[in-house]
Amino acid sequence: MLTRKIKCGPVVFPVKNVSDEDKMSMFIKEDLPMGSLEEAIEGLKKFLSDKDDVAVAQIEKLITGLKKTDLNECDPVKRILEGFEHFKINKFDKYPELYKKLAEGQWPKFLVFACSDSRVCPSHILDFQPGEAFMVRNIANMVPAFDKLKYSGVGAAIEYAVSVLEVQNILVIGHSRCGGIKRLMTHPEDNSTPFDFIDEWVKIGLPAKVKVQAEFGDLPLEDQCKHCEKESVKLSLRNLETYPYVQMGLANKKLRLMGGYYDFVHGKFELLEFEPHFHHLFST
Amino acid sequence: MATLLPSSFTKNFNSSIDYPITSFQTFAIFGPKLKTEQTHFRLSTSFNVRTGSPLELKAMKEPPGLTQKLDKNRLDRLAESENGCDLFEDLKHRFLRFKKHKFEENLGHFQNLAEGQAPKFMIIACADSRVCPSVILGFQPGEAFMVRNVANLVPPFESGPSETNAALEFAVNSLKVENILVIGHSRCGGIRALMSMQDEVDSSSFIRSWVIVGKNARLNTKSAASHLGFDQQCRHCEKESVDHSLVNLLTYPWIEQKVAKGELSVHGGYYDFVDCTFEKWTLDYKGSNFGKNSRLPVKNRFYWC
Repeated sequence: MLTRKIKCGPVVFPVKNVSDEDKMSMFIKEDLPMGSLEEAIEGLKKFLSDKDDVAVAQIEKLITGLKKTDLNECDPVKRILEGFEHFKINKFDKYPELYKKLAEGQWPKFLVFACSDSRVCPSHILDFQPGEAFMVRNIANMVPAFDKLKYSGVGAAIEYAVSVLEVQNILVIGHSRCGGIKRLMTHPEDNSTPFDFIDEWVKIGLPAKVKVQAEFGDLPLEDQCKHCEKESVKLSLRNLETYPYVQMGLANKKLRLMGGYYDFVHGKFELLEFEPHFHHLFST
Repeated sequence: MATLLPSSFTKNFNSSIDYPITSFQTFAIFGPKLKTEQTHFRLSTSFNVRTGSPLELKAMKEPPGLTQKLDKNRLDRLAESENGCDLFEDLKHRFLRFKKHKFEENLGHFQNLAEGQAPKFMIIACADSRVCPSVILGFQPGEAFMVRNVANLVPPFESGPSETNAALEFAVNSLKVENILVIGHSRCGGIRALMSMQDEVDSSSFIRSWVIVGKNARLNTKSAASHLGFDQQCRHCEKESVDHSLVNLLTYPWIEQKVAKGELSVHGGYYDFVDCTFEKWTLDYKGSNFGKNSRLPVKNRFYWC
């Protein structure tokens, strides 16, 4: 009796009485990439043509079991532990010199503003490694204009990144299908119930909305939102210029401002550089 | 609707791999070509892609931006460089790597995600470049709605609208996340600034205006840990501040309601990047017994090292 273990995604099943060992071993090989549940099921289905009724019954049982796996079940503790273990083994322990240096301080070259959206983390799409980017994430990746009384959170991040960490680049990244921008573009015209905090925040982008509606008001909402996602990035870059330490950095040519747009529908990224509006406001 | 892939899927998402450049495509670039009166955006120049050089993880060489502290000469060259081709090139290649090795290899998953996100987590973490939760906890696209600010602070409900509570409102009421995790970390500059503050608030500093959100954590630390050295006090405050953020989360009525019903769990975490350890604990909500002045009731405390 041959006992083998099939690794299908996260699940391991014992399989007995396998008659066609070669076929199964191709599927069972240890370096099988961990694919989706659907891929695992498709892979198993290939063996259903096997003449061995016992094997067929076992495989069908496996497929039924896999189909019952509730993908939406998520043990948060397990998820966090697995993620941390993976990081520790594959990154921290592998590059001790790097992490030892990082423990002493950070010298990021970038200050990045990105949306809180779960799909657009710059560590993924632009592969920022630990130490590279001081990263602010908020709804619709907005940077409000300098205001001593309001928005101290954003102000603190800019002040820290530019004055203390002396980053050389500020990158604001917008993205497709942004919920925050959609809210900006639709409310309050759609008469929906206000969100106390969201609506107050996204109205930072009102100048972008006004511009887009003036230029592209005849387009469908989806297209207007796309234009606004990009216009809002430009607005945020202009707002960055209202911060004194940013002005100084631009004037001294020690700071560069950039805008980005990640389109996760088509898998594209656009990048542009912002020319400073102010020239020689300060000289050293 | 996006579905969460089994956790083993994360094993493919290892960015610390050498990827030889085999193909590239030109970026689409938006924006006017030259400065105009209204806008001041210009195109990057067309990319001259370097061929052949393997994309090694920068950590294999000198750590990026660390031992490469820019001396004056390099700063001058950066200033003189008309369009920073190297920087754009680098960003371009990073995105193309992501596109080739993650986006295109998991196209079905990303197509699902494009239709909508359904993250199980909302994370509040520090903006510090060393503590991105996507890296240290391996969150993949679609898994975690993320807020990052200085010192991972959560202001209370009564402080009024802010970027942090706008994100909370969206995550809890629209996305209906099931978990909120506030992650503090070692050697936090924001907490250090909080602990260093003199009693008079310097109103010209944004940093001070912001970190004052954590003033209760500072008070508790001063009373509990004043016998310790300053570094140890800061460390104490880093953890105390996470607890106070959890307390502040419960000041939001719609958060407390969901926690009381068991629809939402609130967790604290602490990442120590000196020793590479991670602590995690969960708020043990006990209804009317829960109050600001009582010691934070927690359960399921884990320490991973």
